[in-house]
Amino acid sequence: MGLKENLHNIKGKVNGTKWQTMFGAVHTLFYTPNETTHSGGHLRGADDLKRTMMNVVLPLIPIFIFGMFNVGFQHNAAINGFPEGMSFFSPEFWNFENFSLGAMKLLPLLIVSYVVGLGIEIFFATINNHEVEEGYFVTGMLVPLIIPIDTPLWMLTVAIIFGVVIGKEIFGGTGMNILNPALTIRAFLFFAYPTWMSGDKVWVTGAVERTNEIVAGANLDAISGETILGGLAQGNQLAYSVSDMFLGFIPGSVGETSTLLILLGGLYLIYTKVASWRIIISSVIGALVMGLIFNGVVDLGWINEGSKFYSLMSTEFWHHLLIGGLAFGIVFMATDPVTASQTNKGKWIYGFLIGFISVMIRVFNPAYPEGVMLAILLMNVFSPTIDHYVVQGNVKRRLKRLKAKTA
Amino acid sequence: MSQDIQIKKGLDIKLKGNAEKVTENAISSNVYTLKPEDFHSIIPKLSVKVGSKVKTGDTVFYNKANENMKFLSPISGEVVDIIRGEKRKILAVKISADNEQQFVDFGVKDPKAMKAEELKSHLLAAGCWPFIKQRPYDVIANPANTPKAIFVSAYASAPLAAEYDYVLAGKEKELQVALTALSKLTSGSVHVSVGKNSNSPFAGLDNINLHKVSGPHPSGNVGTQIAKIDPVNKGETVWTINPQDLVIIGELLLTGKFNSERIVALVGSSVSAPKYYKTKIGASISSIVEGKLKGDNNRLISGNVLTGRTKSLKDNLGYYDNIVSVIPEGNDYELFGWTMPVFNKLSISRAITFSWLFPNKKYDLNTNTNGEHRAFVVTGNYEEVFPLDIFPMQILKACMYQDLDEMEQLGMYEVAPEDFALTEFVCVSKQPHQEIIRKGLDLMLKEIG
Repeated sequence: MGLKENLHNIKGKVNGTKWQTMFGAVHTLFYTPNETTHSGGHLRGADDLKRTMMNVVLPLIPIFIFGMFNVGFQHNAAINGFPEGMSFFSPEFWNFENFSLGAMKLLPLLIVSYVVGLGIEIFFATINNHEVEEGYFVTGMLVPLIIPIDTPLWMLTVAIIFGVVIGKEIFGGTGMNILNPALTIRAFLFFAYPTWMSGDKVWVTGAVERTNEIVAGANLDAISGETILGGLAQGNQLAYSVSDMFLGFIPGSVGETSTLLILLGGLYLIYTKVASWRIIISSVIGALVMGLIFNGVVDLGWINEGSKFYSLMSTEFWHHLLIGGLAFGIVFMATDPVTASQTNKGKWIYGFLIGFISVMIRVFNPAYPEGVMLAILLMNVFSPTIDHYVVQGNVKRRLKRLKAKTA
Repeated sequence: MSQDIQIKKGLDIKLKGNAEKVTENAISSNVYTLKPEDFHSIIPKLSVKVGSKVKTGDTVFYNKANENMKFLSPISGEVVDIIRGEKRKILAVKISADNEQQFVDFGVKDPKAMKAEELKSHLLAAGCWPFIKQRPYDVIANPANTPKAIFVSAYASAPLAAEYDYVLAGKEKELQVALTALSKLTSGSVHVSVGKNSNSPFAGLDNINLHKVSGPHPSGNVGTQIAKIDPVNKGETVWTINPQDLVIIGELLLTGKFNSERIVALVGSSVSAPKYYKTKIGASISSIVEGKLKGDNNRLISGNVLTGRTKSLKDNLGYYDNIVSVIPEGNDYELFGWTMPVFNKLSISRAITFSWLFPNKKYDLNTNTNGEHRAFVVTGNYEEVFPLDIFPMQILKACMYQDLDEMEQLGMYEVAPEDFALTEFVCVSKQPHQEIIRKGLDLMLKEIG
């Protein structure tokens, strides 16, 4: 008997028991079920939720691999100095030393993310007696990409429990949540452990440890763990070239640095129709518009160089897409269909405001110069309201048609 | 006034097994069946008992709520069985056919000389009323109403649909009489839609507004055409009728006989030689498909693959159906079905599915759901195949949480389950859209009426 028959027989045995959910999750990983249509149409399209979610994870994989190299690269660059004239295929970046350091740091985060998150999903699916839904498939991949690399694993565990239970399961699981679960996890970390989540120490692996050693009296050079945005918020000028920023040889959250790979991922998502092109494009427009407004303010001389907002306001408007997590957030987080606006018109408004508010928060919140997380969470909360007004437009049109008739 | 309809949103599901334009006589069925479930929301009262002799055109049962509304025997013979379900609900009335066919004579009528009320009572008594359906609610029309318009879609865009131009050819006289009769029943006009490049028998007829339709399915759905020509508002009613049923009405008026003969297309990838067959309403499925199928793991569907009903060989052709589709069952597992590249199935995404590369490829699709039921997650894909000015996901959700006000505001009076067949097809979460809409309509019918 082959695997197919064996699994089918086990399915018959576990059906109706509490193992049904867990077995189903594993079984459907191997085999699309033998389920046939029983109401309505007799055919169904080829896509299911697993396929859709897999297509979101797919473009994250190159970003994840790049991130592993970059973790090691940033650590070594902080100690040995940043190599000049980097191109995308520079051996200074793509070497085993960088990779092994990055893998050692990043893989535990990924494993904890999936084990804890999927554990909770399976637990809730079992007690609620429904199938394990695929939402965490993407969330689990996103989480290690959006947190500082040195985040302690226990901290991550606590955050995931909070994010999945409070952010998703209490609303009924995948499809019912109001806030993006990955960002809820990040927001929890940010507000519960702020010293681990922002500042000039956390973005390069080893920086915090080194600082502690220095405090303890060791005679070592400090490692700077600052992001470009953090630097700008402190009034420092950019130390990286545009090409470094675009290719991703900069410190930051693991997934956010390579705008090139994010751009390719975004194109893939638009091309496969898995993510909404409306959200991606309108978010980019929103960010550029806000950036242009701030540039205009600087050009008009309404703000002088002494102002604490000056460096970020004078950052060229399109650089906002290269630095920080904005691009990553737009492509992979704002497009989450559950928490975004659900109407096509609503998506334009929702996306525009995400880009717009992200850049605004960046400039006006020097303590925490990354606005995209808060902007997306804020718009998650408002997306039902946006949809409400879009749908009301349709309702009004219908009423007007009736009135025109009866009048 | 002739207004053409062109839609862009939609999806043509191209399947293998289109019917060749050849008509044969089906084996004559021994037993004919009438099923009250074909007449949604009607509660039947029997006029016959087991053992009763009936002629073609004798009443088998009538509508409990309107005793004038008769449902007639499509055949002359003897009632052999009345199948009942829970609470003695009537599930089916089976009539065995006599060799000699006798007809009840309802008298030749000239609709031009008749008033609306006379026509209505004639159609009710002669069993032709159930052919007329109404929106809102997609049920048999209430004869007490006067609809603002009557719609006939003579353009079939559904997968593998029987071509009306072919099956109705030569029936101009019957169609004309029936349309003249219908035009007396509405305060507005009778709208007939035909394919843009078709050679339709409707083209030269009087008393109608002819519309030319183009675009992908559901352009041929009468719901799409209503929405584009004259959408239903709250408090308004429109009636719809299938073209082949016009022929039965026409024949009744011209000859006085209720002739239940119908040309049915037998289609689908599991049919060895798809073509057209002449049979009668209520004929057994086996009389149409026996010996014409490939393999034995097939689904028999009375109706098209998007909206038809599952039948067994012993079951019968649905009352309104002019097509029997047979496709393979998909009750097998597929290894890594969710990750592998897909070439042999249809998809509107490009998520490692390649149907977008081959727009003209004909598919051999089976009944597998290609995934499990999930909550609504993906947004925006329904809109791509849904041409009505309605928010599909929002109205489905309103039906699920049974908010009558919201259902009404979002356009529930305008829709029928078949309008949601394509959104159901593309649904990534495999939600049962047509069932949700049907339950929603039933709820409104019960609560609002």
